[in-house]
Amino acid sequence: MGRYVIRRLLQMIPVFFGATLLIFLMVNVMGDPIAGLCGDRACDPATAAQLEKEFGLDKPVWQQYLTYMGNVFTGDFGTAFNGQPVTELMASAFPVTIRLTIVAILFEIVIGITLGVVTGLRRGRPVDTSVLLLTLVVISVPTFVTGLLLQLLLGVEWGWIKPAVSPEAPFGELIVPGLVLASVSLAYVTRLTRTSIAENKRADYVRTAVAKGLPRRRVITRHLLRNSLIPVVTFIGTDIGALMGGAIVTERIFNIHGVGYQLYQGILRQNTQTVVGFVTVLVLVFLFANLLVDLLYAVLDPRIRYA
Amino acid sequence: MRGATHAKWTALAAAVALAATACGGGDDSGGGGADGIVTSSWGDPQNPLEPANTNEVQGGKVLDMIFRGLKKYDPKTGAATDMLAEKIETSDSVNFTITVKDGWTFSNGEQVTAKSFVDAWNYGADLKNNQKNAYFFGYIEGYDQVHPESGDPTATTMSGLKVVDDMTFTVKLTQKFSTFPDTLGYSAYVPLPQSFFSDHDAWLSKPVGNGPYTIDSYSKGSQMALKRWDDYPGDDKAQNGGVTLKVYTDNNTAYTDLTAGNLDLVDDVPASQLKNVSADLDGRYINTPAGIIQTLSFPFYDPAWNKPGQEKLRQGLSMAINREQITDTIFQKTRTPAVDWTSPVLGEDGGFKDICGDFCTYNAEEAKKLVAEGGGIPGGTMKISYNADTGSHKEWVDAVCNSINNALGNNTACVGNPIGTFADYRNQITTQKMTGPFRAGWQMDYPLIQNFLQPLYFTNASSNDGKWTNPDFDKLVNEANAETDTAKAVGTFQQAEEVLRDDMGAIPLWYQNGSAGYSARISNVSLNPFSVPVYNEIKVN
Repeated sequence: MGRYVIRRLLQMIPVFFGATLLIFLMVNVMGDPIAGLCGDRACDPATAAQLEKEFGLDKPVWQQYLTYMGNVFTGDFGTAFNGQPVTELMASAFPVTIRLTIVAILFEIVIGITLGVVTGLRRGRPVDTSVLLLTLVVISVPTFVTGLLLQLLLGVEWGWIKPAVSPEAPFGELIVPGLVLASVSLAYVTRLTRTSIAENKRADYVRTAVAKGLPRRRVITRHLLRNSLIPVVTFIGTDIGALMGGAIVTERIFNIHGVGYQLYQGILRQNTQTVVGFVTVLVLVFLFANLLVDLLYAVLDPRIRYA
Repeated sequence: MRGATHAKWTALAAAVALAATACGGGDDSGGGGADGIVTSSWGDPQNPLEPANTNEVQGGKVLDMIFRGLKKYDPKTGAATDMLAEKIETSDSVNFTITVKDGWTFSNGEQVTAKSFVDAWNYGADLKNNQKNAYFFGYIEGYDQVHPESGDPTATTMSGLKVVDDMTFTVKLTQKFSTFPDTLGYSAYVPLPQSFFSDHDAWLSKPVGNGPYTIDSYSKGSQMALKRWDDYPGDDKAQNGGVTLKVYTDNNTAYTDLTAGNLDLVDDVPASQLKNVSADLDGRYINTPAGIIQTLSFPFYDPAWNKPGQEKLRQGLSMAINREQITDTIFQKTRTPAVDWTSPVLGEDGGFKDICGDFCTYNAEEAKKLVAEGGGIPGGTMKISYNADTGSHKEWVDAVCNSINNALGNNTACVGNPIGTFADYRNQITTQKMTGPFRAGWQMDYPLIQNFLQPLYFTNASSNDGKWTNPDFDKLVNEANAETDTAKAVGTFQQAEEVLRDDMGAIPLWYQNGSAGYSARISNVSLNPFSVPVYNEIKVN
């Protein structure tokens, strides 16, 4: 197990460098960020040159990348155009998005798996059919529609929630945005769990457990569910990274000042330092979430061993 | 058993949902009356908040609240009136003697003196400080030493600025500029306290000024709380207890928050809501002209677009655009069809006049004729470039193209050419890569006809993106600047504008209005000619 973890960690190094290099190149290809800094009028050439020097944009791209990576390892992610260090932006944005992601993941686990188990055990019954239909609707409706609709109904019409989340973004205010963010993945989790449960219900070990006379509850939670969760865990694990990076739409609708918002601003303003910095951290999150999933396999199914 | 498990989850979910709604109660209720707090939507300023470094509306809004300069623009008429200036005297329109009023202080108690201005202006002009509005000081003698076009600066102060005594300083310009005093209301020219220079970082995290408001707290990227400054010496004291500016990721969300009663003021009503705004807000909607004009520029650096006789082509294209229809249907009357190259906020005395005439009136037949006489569209098809990321430019560019295509009876005469980001769009403009017309917008810095003409159409001026050039125009602008009589100066500027019209250096499209909506909690809300709410006059009921 230990050796496996070390090998996995070593594998992350090239992935990390490759991903950041790609992002760095892509943002740089987009053109000269200084051009957009002065609004609808041109920056005067002397100031533009001075700014380029300050942000290191006058050097060749490979040199910029090397300097950037060198700085990253000392914890310096550079400065955004508004004069704030990127680390400061991260310190304000990541906690918010992490809270939002936790809410979303909890919804996926609690509602998604529960519905999946319920429908998987009663395949073909009315409950199953209606949940299937429901998930189909959720999957086919775009997130921004669900988001705006809930915002309008709960926030404006009924006044249950505030349409915009405050800058502090406590857990309480993130419930509805979290549900919106989770909605599509939640439907997938339900369907994955359902199929997996329905399939394993006829497996030998379940029949054996039932034959042994174990209580139904124990059969379901210890035998059936545990084995059926492997594909679901894989999905949820990879979803952590996707949710954190993909929160742009939800964060915009509910005015959440998180990672999605900072990335959006960074891309609009072509702020290399912000975009690359945030993506670097997201790549790390993604890699560690995947490692965690792989390690969870062994816990769920002892037959899967890592030498 | 199964049922029980299920029920437990449902109960839990319900409890969570209840907890959520319980947290959703209202706060921000800063009381009513004279001490009431106004909450207003805000966008994250793009640059650090320094007077000479702020060139967009969001940062400018704050500077407008915490600073007062030598002049102030009347929120209704846009006229420049003395604020901190006791008097500004000149006999030759080149040398100015400025006396600062006594009794003004910064909110930290420091006195505002002539030095506060001179230091601030020198800082703003110095190349080393990367100030994006440095060119505002370009008329002052010695600017090219502190801000050379290339190489390192050879001085840190401008030779044209001299402190005479505590309250007086002199300014020497490099050319005649009769309306120079009227430009001094722009926020780049405000005074700065010594703490700005001695502890710059601390000042940036909590700016200190001399205006009716002081900054109470500022968390970058999320909100800024401004409080009324009780010892403010000016006569435009704040009528409310303070203003809290909240950063919104999207103006739609701000609007939703306004309709839900969580926000008092939105100064940018999203285009998609304009249809509902009257019903939603029960008349609490403002739609007034602002000093913003939108035009179509041409790449005069491209030989295909710079042939003799092509002014007829440009005039024809201008006549092929149905401005009325587009402003009505696409902008819901939040734009006004343009009749000149300035803005209605200048007023007739300031130089606003129907100069474009027939060239700005839709006339398909005449348009077709003129385009043909002008040699037709180069290459048969023209692309109107715009940035697709903000401002919903796609809709109107498509509409303009439609109008041109219909008028010319040619479905391929005009197409839109979206460019992904604003930065890339600006980059293509400044590197002169445009191969066809492109959208241009101009928001005035100060309500002067000079500001609408010189920076945009003077040969090689800072914002002359299309590189249009005409010696007659340049000559008239120089004459107008040298003219000490304001009315005569305006007349000469209008003559220059006629030169611009005859050559159709850019097609004027429409003037942009400021649009704002507010809650029933506040009253006396208005927008100034810069389309920024006049915060200090807002009353909380």
